[in-house]
Amino acid sequence: MKIFGLLFRNALRHRLRTLLTIAGVGVAILAFGVLRTMISAWYTGVAQAAPDRLVSRSKISITFTLPLAQKQKIERIPGVAAVTHGSWFAGYYKDPKDFFPQIAFANAESFRLFPEYIVDSAAIAAFGRERNAAIVGSATMERFGWEIGDNVRLTGTIYPGDWDFVIRGIYTGREEATDITQFFFHWDYIDLRMQESFPGRVGQVGWWIIKIDDPARAADISAAVDREFANSADETLTETEAAFQQSFMGMVETIIKSLEVISALVIGIILLVAANTMAMTARERISEYAVLKTLGFSAGHIIGLIGGESLLISGLGGALGILLLIPITQALGAVMRQWFPAFPIDPMTYVLTGSTAILVGILAAVFPAWRAIRLRIADGLRRIG
Amino acid sequence: MGLFLGYTLRNLTVRKLTTGITIVGLGMVVFVFAAVLMLTNGLKQTLVETGSDNNAIIVRAAANAETVSIIGRDQAGVVTTQPEVALDADGKPLAVEEIVVLVNIDKRHGEGLANTIIRGTTDNVFHLRENIRITAGRMFTPGTSELIAGHAVSQNFKGCELGGQITFAGRTWTIVGLFDSDGSGFDSELWGPIEQVQQAFRRPIFSSITMRLTDPARFDQLKTRLEADPRLTVKVEREKKFYADQSQMTTIFLDMIGMIISVIFSLGAVIGAMITMYGAVANRTVEIGTLRALGFSRRLVMAVFLVEAVWIALLGGVVGVAAASLMSFVTVSTTNWGTFSELSFSFALSPAIVGSALAFAAAMGLIGGFLPAVRASRLRIVNALREE
Repeated sequence: MKIFGLLFRNALRHRLRTLLTIAGVGVAILAFGVLRTMISAWYTGVAQAAPDRLVSRSKISITFTLPLAQKQKIERIPGVAAVTHGSWFAGYYKDPKDFFPQIAFANAESFRLFPEYIVDSAAIAAFGRERNAAIVGSATMERFGWEIGDNVRLTGTIYPGDWDFVIRGIYTGREEATDITQFFFHWDYIDLRMQESFPGRVGQVGWWIIKIDDPARAADISAAVDREFANSADETLTETEAAFQQSFMGMVETIIKSLEVISALVIGIILLVAANTMAMTARERISEYAVLKTLGFSAGHIIGLIGGESLLISGLGGALGILLLIPITQALGAVMRQWFPAFPIDPMTYVLTGSTAILVGILAAVFPAWRAIRLRIADGLRRIG
Repeated sequence: MGLFLGYTLRNLTVRKLTTGITIVGLGMVVFVFAAVLMLTNGLKQTLVETGSDNNAIIVRAAANAETVSIIGRDQAGVVTTQPEVALDADGKPLAVEEIVVLVNIDKRHGEGLANTIIRGTTDNVFHLRENIRITAGRMFTPGTSELIAGHAVSQNFKGCELGGQITFAGRTWTIVGLFDSDGSGFDSELWGPIEQVQQAFRRPIFSSITMRLTDPARFDQLKTRLEADPRLTVKVEREKKFYADQSQMTTIFLDMIGMIISVIFSLGAVIGAMITMYGAVANRTVEIGTLRALGFSRRLVMAVFLVEAVWIALLGGVVGVAAASLMSFVTVSTTNWGTFSELSFSFALSPAIVGSALAFAAAMGLIGGFLPAVRASRLRIVNALREE
């Protein structure tokens, strides 16, 4: 394995240039990794969806509510194990720009349909007892500096007025990608206020969450639910949780596509930086390659030298980029919390960045290696010095 | 000063491949930077165009979008009879009461549904929004299930072309006309007769009231009085500001992503520029030695290399801006977080953006070329001339 020694020494001949190239490739791989993480962050909702949960919402759009009376009918459909409901609150805490999701759950039992949210039983009991109790995700608790037992006042937009809650519990996620930014409270709190001030809006829920016995029958059961309410005043659209999350992707499709285009551009930039260096390096060493050829080294050896050095540099750059990716995505995740509830690094991202580095290493060496092989020894030796 | 112009420019042509590669690399970074700026500019322009300074819009207090605002009929009566509201030829208040809802419609291109705005309105709307014109077909007839479609909606959504039909709220609606609103947010909406929309969605209320002011300067009086009125819980805004505010969340989001990408990219570009300039210095040690021997000062040598770096960067900048300007032909359709509805807008180039992009490019060139230039200036004449 003397070849590694040779490659290393060769690379170190121009320490500064090699270091800069490694840095350049590293930064570009980092950029690629960040972009891919952003793209996959959009899809965490889809990836995290439970296969045995369906979401049923108004067919018109998610912004329309459904009557509570539908619950009994849904429960009677064969294959349905449990039904609960959620409603979007869309309030804000002090500043409207500090968005976080607030969802009204039917009651404490709703949490049983979401095993991925880890809450302790004391908190659930409190949630069940007190109408204005709230259970908040750890990320949002940290963000606003709340503690269990705090009184929190939210200003409603869809449901106007000031709403006072007491935080009775905190929930964490079972996995890294679970959404831990949500603020859950009791739907009864909304309904009671509506009874007092907007009687027309009583008994309305946002969407149904349906747990089914057999995930394989998801399509059938969804169709059965929609059939139940077809041609009524409140038609539903029922789909698996994954499909529901996926439908939100349609809204940001344009942004995702742009990010993918930019990822491709980044790969181009990486290639340019690496190829530039290899071209410069190879040009300087033409006479050396001529000498090697005179000594009897074959074209294969030359390719090995050039390709090897290129792979070494881009490999080191790739490793640097991947190492930096972890702390940087954590920092970015904290900054972008509002828009991305979770910012995990997909294993696929590691695979993609690693193979990009290797691919770039190979491609950057192609042109210089080709030139070196085609070189006539006499021409090469002519450039002594 | 011939040194700065002629010498530096001609040096760029010496090592064409390397210089070319660096220019392309820098160009790509500038392209991304300019494209993001153009995107947020386009978004702002679209939403700022939406609305006039002469109009005030009334929504429920604390509502930041019409889709979450509810105003009762009784409140509407109080609002439209204020003294600051202009009157039309018949002596009636120049105001339009509208209802706004979100409906899922299938996109033409791309997957899935998107939230589209349906606005229930009346004929009066043309008096208040003077930049709206019917470009094909005709206005809807009150009392029917007819709609007119904004320019962007007719292009992006299935069934929304002239004569097309879409189904929602248990009814089939026919598109009888298309309208154009000069690139404002209204192009992304479908308009229908207000009573029909109210009936179909069983919401006998208004989302907003837009009124023409007799004198824009009287806006503050109107705002103070209405917001203090105990019979009402409303928020009064100038129409332009109201719609512009709706772009805030999306603009912040796009800006943030853009900045993150630009920062990381610019690091890469700076490193690329550094590599090229170090290569240039290494290749020209004899030249540098000669220049110094002839009497040119260290500072001048450093300046020469800095200028060369800036030239490369500016060329890359021009390439990037030129490529970005081609994006002005592209329209983007995405969800505006402020209203949760689909909005179409395009990339808008402005002289300020061109300036920023070129300045950004020059800055990258300066930073990247700095250290190599310093090295060039520090070369000892004797050693430099000895090199080959």
